[in-house]
Amino acid sequence: MAECHPVGFQWVMEAKERGAVIIHVDPRFTRTSALADIHVPLRPGSDIAFLGGVVNYILEHERWFKEYVVEYTNAATLINPEFRDTEDLDGVFSGFDAHKHSYDVASWSYEGMELMSAAEDREGAAQAEHNTGEQAGSGGIALKHGEPPQDRTLQDPRCVLQLLRKHYRRYSPEFVEETCGVPKDLFLRVAQALCDNSGRERTSAFAYAVGWTQHTVGVQYIRTAAIIQSLLGNIGRPGGGIMALRGHASIQGSTDIPTLYNLLPGYLPMPHTEHYRGYQQYIEMNAAKTGFWGNAEAYFVSLMKAYWGEAATRDNDWCFSHLPRISGDHSAYTFTRGMFDGTVNGFFVLGENPAVGSSNGRFNREALAKLDWMVVRDFVEIETASFWKNAPEIATGELQTDKIPTEVFFMPAAAHTEKNGSFTNTQRLLQWHHAAVEPKGDCRSELWFMYHLGRIIKEKLRDSAEPRDQPIKDLTWSYPTDGDIAEPSAEAVLAEISGWAPGREYLKGYDTLKPDGSTVCGCWIYCGSYADGINQTARRKPRQQQSYVGGEWGWAWPDNRHMLYNRASADPDGKPWSERKRYVWWDERKGQWTGEDRPDFIIGRAPYYKPPQDARAQDAIGGAEPFIMQADGKAWLFVPDGIRDGPLPTHYEPRETPLANALYPAHVSNPVLQVIEHALDPFNHPRDKPAHDGAFPFVATTYRLTEHHTAGGMSRFVEYLSELQPEFFCEVSPELAALRGLTHKGWATIVSARAAIEARVMVTDRMRPLRAGGRTIHTVGLPYHWGQNGLSTGDSANDLFHLALDPNVHIQESKAATCDIRPGRRPRGPGLLALLEEYRHRAGIEPAVPAEVEVET
Amino acid sequence: MTTVTIPTIISHDIDTRSHDADGTPRQMGFFTDTSICIGCKACEVACKESNQVPDDGLHWTGESYDNTSAIGCNSWRHVAFIEQTKPVQVPDEQGSGALRWLMASDVCKHCSNAACLDVCPTGALTRTEFGTVVVQEDVCNGCGYCVPACPFGVLDKREEDGRVWKCTLCYDRLKDDMEPACAQACPTKSIQFGELKQLRVIADERVRRLQSRGEEQAQLYLSDSTDGVGGGHAFFLLLDRPEVFGLPPDPVVTTRGLKTIWTSAGGAALTAVAAVALAYLRGRA
Repeated sequence: MAECHPVGFQWVMEAKERGAVIIHVDPRFTRTSALADIHVPLRPGSDIAFLGGVVNYILEHERWFKEYVVEYTNAATLINPEFRDTEDLDGVFSGFDAHKHSYDVASWSYEGMELMSAAEDREGAAQAEHNTGEQAGSGGIALKHGEPPQDRTLQDPRCVLQLLRKHYRRYSPEFVEETCGVPKDLFLRVAQALCDNSGRERTSAFAYAVGWTQHTVGVQYIRTAAIIQSLLGNIGRPGGGIMALRGHASIQGSTDIPTLYNLLPGYLPMPHTEHYRGYQQYIEMNAAKTGFWGNAEAYFVSLMKAYWGEAATRDNDWCFSHLPRISGDHSAYTFTRGMFDGTVNGFFVLGENPAVGSSNGRFNREALAKLDWMVVRDFVEIETASFWKNAPEIATGELQTDKIPTEVFFMPAAAHTEKNGSFTNTQRLLQWHHAAVEPKGDCRSELWFMYHLGRIIKEKLRDSAEPRDQPIKDLTWSYPTDGDIAEPSAEAVLAEISGWAPGREYLKGYDTLKPDGSTVCGCWIYCGSYADGINQTARRKPRQQQSYVGGEWGWAWPDNRHMLYNRASADPDGKPWSERKRYVWWDERKGQWTGEDRPDFIIGRAPYYKPPQDARAQDAIGGAEPFIMQADGKAWLFVPDGIRDGPLPTHYEPRETPLANALYPAHVSNPVLQVIEHALDPFNHPRDKPAHDGAFPFVATTYRLTEHHTAGGMSRFVEYLSELQPEFFCEVSPELAALRGLTHKGWATIVSARAAIEARVMVTDRMRPLRAGGRTIHTVGLPYHWGQNGLSTGDSANDLFHLALDPNVHIQESKAATCDIRPGRRPRGPGLLALLEEYRHRAGIEPAVPAEVEVET
Repeated sequence: MTTVTIPTIISHDIDTRSHDADGTPRQMGFFTDTSICIGCKACEVACKESNQVPDDGLHWTGESYDNTSAIGCNSWRHVAFIEQTKPVQVPDEQGSGALRWLMASDVCKHCSNAACLDVCPTGALTRTEFGTVVVQEDVCNGCGYCVPACPFGVLDKREEDGRVWKCTLCYDRLKDDMEPACAQACPTKSIQFGELKQLRVIADERVRRLQSRGEEQAQLYLSDSTDGVGGGHAFFLLLDRPEVFGLPPDPVVTTRGLKTIWTSAGGAALTAVAAVALAYLRGRA
């Protein structure tokens, strides 16, 4: 966190000064470790083993927060009798299809509760592809109405708590030591510290940077943390939570109002070709009957009115048929593969540098060379924009400039200081920024680009009679513009996102949205950010003049609630769990919830309210059910649906690993991980056959340095930042340096089946060999910022990595793979390919170069 | 809602205005608390941006994460990174026990007794109304006398323009009651800016707190006005001996002996003159 989020880290330092124990778990000793109380080096890719060990410790030692767990989590809920755990089936859950490498999740359901999406899916053949992930919005999956059966004594072997005990029983401190390379005593110290600092009087927080998700079990990493925090009562309470520290400014914003293919604004699912045959079906499938997703139709119709205005009417299903459809996985690596297949011919690249930042750079760059056209918008000519002239594949002869058909349009972008707009940070806080200066030359904001592009396309299609053009013709596209460059008003866009009722009456919150077409709202969770016609995100009341929660600084979604699920900060009766940790509570006299923050609950819902049997949406939320977006109002220790690779996180090795799976020898890595099958993406070893003494005996991991920004577009071209970390280097332990003859400040070549790259060598005690699986595990640390362009240049670490992905969110596994390292620089030109071939031959890998790729030597 | 004031410990609410209400300049300075430095180098970058200092070249040193290496004419702040493999003082420490990574942002000390001032023949080096030491870029003739005079090696001549450059403690910003750029940019308030006497009180408190926590080697550096340079307007809290950070353990103003030297030299000169005169007179006789 000190490395990647130095500004946020001041609060960690502040907490430390006040007595908080800071624990840093990371394979490397970083700037964060330097300031932490405890540093825990663990083997890359073994986090679920570590966290599962903590779950087991909490359960074995009865350290869980009993009242919180029984009341606020699904610990007591009974699961389908057909469910079988990985402990029963040697590494897979029930429903596993070994041919398709996927699960039928039916047996993971609550007892007697058919899950809506699963029920729908069973009608179709494409169940495995579509039953989860692609369409589950943030609300997860709806439950058929009715209270699921529970055993509040938690004794029934089918209740979630007992399943949890059974699942994690083998995650002992000894197992943690053996699997993670973390000494037992150190592990116990962490587990004890966490438990000692949780409960009524105290809370603990998890903070992670997004590298934690970059594993084939990435979602399950976060799930394990969620289980721990739910068991310890650390969710919805001050000082608790799980903080995802995002990789850029407003990455949270770009999932809320998404750049993701499978979501509409506010986590509404994108319609699907196979499943969403009509509007009614879409609404029925996505509007949970209980919880706040029960109002999904109001959110959706208001969005359609924002998109298509007057054209959207009840008679035409609010222009539902205007929306594009997804037909499966269209995530980054899948559509990049589509460039090879000829299904993707054009590409917009905004604020991203896939030639450097994506795994297996060669795969990405060669894909770009298949396109008809590409538009790159950035501050500088990043490597993605210049691949046609200086990609590493040009030097090896794999690509030739005059044979690349791609027409590249490079459009200079404006910086955040040159435009108005909002950032949404990880805490869901929107903060407005004002343009300080006009952008120079042809630099323009994304808003300018998209607005005018849309305007011009609409003008061109004005007289078209083609039905396919109707959605564009119907789009509402009127935003005032300003100044010589005709910059659209960002505030007008925010106003539309926040929404209005007839007569431009600005909406105060999402509970005012209607399914009858009378309200317009571009993103229901942002509803109220422009309440009263005032830009609420631009508020900047100093902290000294308000509650420490800072409710009058910016605006947090939803409804300016700064902490989600904060009803959990009070006990079932509505009283704070302790005076020390009071946050929101029930005021019996006033008959409403009150406190430091806006209650994330129905304001007048008494703690003792029990919903009637036929209640729907928020009316079905009991007074002691804080998790209002979940159909059962509870935190899910066990996830009955919505996740593709298991209801409980299980330790699997990374796709490339030096070790066998100590728990399940038959399943080394995640049995349902996703693979982008492509000839340019060979693996270092076959699936489920780990290799510890072959061609690729070491572990490689990537990370960021404080001095640079992701793929380097914002730092490698700036003198003051480049001089601080001017060259690509790798970090190795003295032991590994001795083993491979690496010299400090010399050069090393790092090799995988995908690429061979060179880096300067930093030999440091901050890298440590770990003892795991009965052998010594060496890790090569690789900051991933470099490419060919800019002031500070170098090879790209991501070139080494492969395209095995998390099956839920399709993120690559760039934090743990295998490699070799050898002294000296890499060969130039075709010699580089010869070196790779030699390695692949030694590793027994089939020739990787596909027939259609010409290699000229 | 109730209004709660958060008691801040690191970020004391320090008055950063450089003038009293009546406009009287205050004696201002830096307290760099290296125990909370996270090595982000924001101070180095902010300094260069604000003062338009040129880049110092792209040289990968391999010296931990330090590619600046030293304070110089083109690097007025320098964050040192020291990797130590020795037991940490905190008892019961196992996790990070074997390894410690110290980070510290160094800067011109703005000595109360500054040798650079003493030796400057043109008056380019001056002491400001805030007690800080500044090179006037339009007066400096680049003679370089100040360079060896500095006991810390701070003063450095830029060959491109022939003049000497160093931290001004953002003299321009202080005139407008603004905080120096490095202090403002520091995310953890490792660099604190304020009135010297207040900073010294804070620093005393802070070092006691750290020592009571087991950081036995925590010590203040140049906070004492009776030391060899009369104390610095920039002073430091270190977690190890000054030598570890490349700082002289007991710095002395190099012109300390100036009066004695000149007295002796003057005496010698007079004696010589007298001797020559005597010889001359004798010769005449």
